[in-house]
Amino acid sequence: MLTETMCLTKNPESSMTDSSKRRKLVQMVGISVLIISLMITIFFLFVIVIWVTVRGAGVISWEFLTAMPRKAMTQGGIFPAILGTFYLSLGAVIFALPLGILSAIYLNEYAGNNIIVRIIKMGINNLAGVPSIVFGLFGLAIFVKFLGFGVSILSGALTLAIMILPVIISTTVEALKAIPDSFREAGYGVGATKWQIVKGIILPTALPGILTGTILGIGRAAGETAPILFTAATFFSKRLPKSIFDEVLALPYHIYALMTEGTHPDAQVPIAYGTALVLLMLVLGLDVVAIIIRTRTRKKKLW
Amino acid sequence: MVETSETTACTPACTEKNIRMFVQNLNVHFGDNHVLKEVSIDIICNSITALIGPSGCGKSTFIRCLDRMNDIIPSARVSGNIHLDNKNIYDPDYEPFDLRKKVGMVFQKPNPFPKSIFENLAFGLRIHGIRKKDEIDKKVVKALQAAALWDEVKDRLHASAFSLSGGQQQRLCIARTLAIEPEVILFDEPCSALDPISTSKIEELMITLKEKYTIVIVTHNLQQAVRISDYTGFLYLGKLIEYGETKQLFTNPKDKLTEKYITGRFG
Repeated sequence: MLTETMCLTKNPESSMTDSSKRRKLVQMVGISVLIISLMITIFFLFVIVIWVTVRGAGVISWEFLTAMPRKAMTQGGIFPAILGTFYLSLGAVIFALPLGILSAIYLNEYAGNNIIVRIIKMGINNLAGVPSIVFGLFGLAIFVKFLGFGVSILSGALTLAIMILPVIISTTVEALKAIPDSFREAGYGVGATKWQIVKGIILPTALPGILTGTILGIGRAAGETAPILFTAATFFSKRLPKSIFDEVLALPYHIYALMTEGTHPDAQVPIAYGTALVLLMLVLGLDVVAIIIRTRTRKKKLW
Repeated sequence: MVETSETTACTPACTEKNIRMFVQNLNVHFGDNHVLKEVSIDIICNSITALIGPSGCGKSTFIRCLDRMNDIIPSARVSGNIHLDNKNIYDPDYEPFDLRKKVGMVFQKPNPFPKSIFENLAFGLRIHGIRKKDEIDKKVVKALQAAALWDEVKDRLHASAFSLSGGQQQRLCIARTLAIEPEVILFDEPCSALDPISTSKIEELMITLKEKYTIVIVTHNLQQAVRISDYTGFLYLGKLIEYGETKQLFTNPKDKLTEKYITGRFG
């Protein structure tokens, strides 16, 4: 009876029942909450980038990027820190990339799906969530002390490598999973062995995905302070590192040093922001490279 | 059993009865599911053998036994004998990848590798130990010509295989199989994803290919079986109900079930 009277009313506005008005209101409130959440997130991201840029851009110059620090870090540049971060990231990739890719291939292509494999996969995923200071302590105990590498590029790079291994393994596994089984079948169909299929078809096809994950992993490693705190970084060095057994300056640790050590905060704080800006640009630059690789392969992807 | 009227030249020499492969008491289980029951068939040299039957009757499972593709499925259990040139292909010493060089397979959906047209063929050649560039070039051209694809792709051999149409992709997959010079080619519903024109091109191709190769095809399309095959086997619920010359099976089936199926009363 009620609905019938509703339908008979002539004014379309009044044909809206209380319930549909309420539903429309709830819908609008819901969307607003989503939009506001997004705005807050974007706001903070922008504030960070703008804040660091405004405070740090003043000190950036060619000399700042290429010179050694002078007068107890109150003048000069941050070249050794840039170089140190480069060495540490490169070292981490050299160790972690082959190990990570090969482990992922075994896990995804060969290991099957028994309980042990599942536990290993779960362990790797959990490893990615371990606080980086824990990796730092581990690096100190194993590489610096036990293996006797000392506080050095080698110890730091190995520690960072272990930290990004789970990231590389899980992104590689995801990239391998995304390859359709029909490619594997086709490979068997022409008489290829599993290894020939993996090497000749699966790996080249998955490579862009693997690289994307790896680059994001490097981005994370480059910005970490805790893993290199006890294993590689030093406050100050008069010369550039000569071998992998030398300690180095590194960008994130240099910021920490500028903010906590020394006696001239008025001169050191702007340099710290400049250093932060360089680090930020470096990490964003790596992310852009990853995004470019990803979009280019998406365009080519036709299966 | 099947009689062969004509004597054909096979490489390598066939048995006196012109049998390329013979299948004896083949049983396949997937877990607890008994998919193929006591299937026995002789695959005749240089002929096209079609397998028909309703969905789920085991046609694809059967054809995938002939190149041990079911080995990939962990739950599959195969028993019985399948001989190729008088060797048991399920012998533990018989490596599946050696078998699959002799018994090639073309799949239901065109599945070229995500590589260039040229590389799709060169990959198979390289994994079988052919390294010389000019030899690879020669074999690629020959295979593309044999698959009636050469004229359409000769100007873009290094373009992605995915730039081809579905029918061209399927002929590329056939060329990929031909490149490694098998003895037997298995087709698992090769035209089910293709339009009628592409289908007729592939059918013509298969008829020319049987001069050199022995062909086994699984098809849902009864007309297709009539058009191209010399022998037909009818599978139903995992059993081979009837097997014989195509003409005889379609015009004068011995079994009531076959008759019902080919006249469209079930399936």
